[in-house]
Amino acid sequence: MKALFYKYKLGTKLMSFGLLALLLFVWHLSTTAGAFSADGKTDDEIMLMEMNGEIIPDPDNKGQYINNPDKVATFPGPMRVVEKIYAEFSNPFHRKGTNDHGIGWLILYTLGVFAIGYIAASLCGILLGVLIGLSRTLFEVLNPFLQVLKPISPVAWMPLLLYTVQDGKWVAILVVFLASLWPTVANTAFGVSNIREDYLRVASLLQFSWFRRFFTVILPGAAPAIVSGLRISFVSALVAIVPAEMLLGELGVGYNIWMEWNNLDIAGVIFAVLVFGAMGFILDSLLDRFAKGVSFVE
Amino acid sequence: MTDSSNRKLAMRVDHVSKNFPVLSGSGNSTGDTFCVFQNVNFDVHEGEFISMVGHSGCGKSTLLNIMAGFDRPSSGGIIVDGKEVTEPGLDRMVVFQSFALMPWLTCFDNVRVAVRSAHPDWSSPEIDEHTQKYIDVMGLTGSEKKRPAMLSGGMRQRVGIARAFCVNPKVLLLDEPFAQIDALTRGVIQDELMTMWQKTNATVFMVTHDVDEAILLSDRIALMSNGPEAELAKIIDVNIPRPRTRQQMIESPEYTRVRNHILKFLISHQKNGTAPPEQNNSASTNSTSSAAGDSPQKVSV
Repeated sequence: MKALFYKYKLGTKLMSFGLLALLLFVWHLSTTAGAFSADGKTDDEIMLMEMNGEIIPDPDNKGQYINNPDKVATFPGPMRVVEKIYAEFSNPFHRKGTNDHGIGWLILYTLGVFAIGYIAASLCGILLGVLIGLSRTLFEVLNPFLQVLKPISPVAWMPLLLYTVQDGKWVAILVVFLASLWPTVANTAFGVSNIREDYLRVASLLQFSWFRRFFTVILPGAAPAIVSGLRISFVSALVAIVPAEMLLGELGVGYNIWMEWNNLDIAGVIFAVLVFGAMGFILDSLLDRFAKGVSFVE
Repeated sequence: MTDSSNRKLAMRVDHVSKNFPVLSGSGNSTGDTFCVFQNVNFDVHEGEFISMVGHSGCGKSTLLNIMAGFDRPSSGGIIVDGKEVTEPGLDRMVVFQSFALMPWLTCFDNVRVAVRSAHPDWSSPEIDEHTQKYIDVMGLTGSEKKRPAMLSGGMRQRVGIARAFCVNPKVLLLDEPFAQIDALTRGVIQDELMTMWQKTNATVFMVTHDVDEAILLSDRIALMSNGPEAELAKIIDVNIPRPRTRQQMIESPEYTRVRNHILKFLISHQKNGTAPPEQNNSASTNSTSSAAGDSPQKVSV
């Protein structure tokens, strides 16, 4: 029992849940509007509020008023968000016209854009990084370009991309690509150029061919650095995809955040933001598993 | 092994010198060079075990790197099998002080990559079988699937030795192979190395700091004077009959003679004042009794 407790880190998990419950409770309290009270209000004021739709006649108590549940100007509480989550996931794959897609479609769309851009950037980044890491000359030649390109926000490329590529989906993919390219290139080059001299000496003693050297020594030797680059790229791509989708207004969860804002559905905005958090969390734990598979202890 | 002159030549070290560039404080080359060692000239015969002993800075390891092809001599050259050494190759395997095992490969695979390189025409089962043979000789049976990080230093160097022997190189180069292994294990692995050497008739060149290790294993011991501008001072024959055991070795008058000879040489070279100052402390035969009861006193130099 005690062993299980420690194995699954139940203590810290319980504390996490406790903190979550506390935060939700504080959120709930701070967003609950008090019941409507007519004290200190003139009849004219009450009539104005009724005409504005802020209050409605209480169906249970004749002559009394209550807050209009359909028009609450306060920030939505957790219950409203939970209702929104339930409503969205009870019918995640509906499609009503171009602007109203179920959250399932939106997630799949964003995941698709993310996966294509990220995987393509990872492959290109690792290849470029290995070449730069292996050749001092290539590093000297390309380094100025990398230093200039690296700090440019991927979103800054969007007007140029829209002008040249035009198709919104491909623009989003390219933004993800640009966001996840540089950290992988830099870390791979660092990992490859810092492989321990001993391993390379063994490879040269055993007269490995270029390919065998690459797959037996260089790639596994640089793997921990490459994976840490992939993780930085991953976060950077997830950060970039939100404004890209907002600006493009095509589809996707990032676009959904802006749509809900346009609808003034704050609960919907919170919901879409949470979806991003959950997506990042799940993808990151997958990446973590991959990272553990390729790392080694010296 | 008393008369090695009529045996076949395995490796010729032909008037080898090595200069390094003198760097300025900022690490840039000043254009000047300083000579680490010069005019080192000796032959290694087939099946011979030869050790090189000398103070730090005399260029022993640099010479070994030149033999391996990791480094190039400034003048002179190394000839193995009638050809000058210009690059590393399977005919000159190295056992590294740092083991140099690939941490992402299992023990078995660390040896197997070498076998595969040496015999590209072999089938997979043949490669496995050959690998297993050397794993077994080095007492690694049962640890095949373990990664180097899970093994002690002694076990790791066993893998290193198996990897070096399994390709049957012309010359084996051992670069202070036992320096990172604890004293108790060291004796055991030295015995295993001796067994392996006798089984395979390998030619071995070893660099070491340990005088007793050199005497136990070697047919001849080369002594280097101090660097910079170190030279090969002399080569001593070790005429203790083989197969040797530690017990026999300590009792042999030859052991006492050779050991005293080497120690006198090393101490006299420390007192010349050319050695770095931190070594002067150990100049008075800093002998400590070894942990292994049956092994002779260790002298650290």
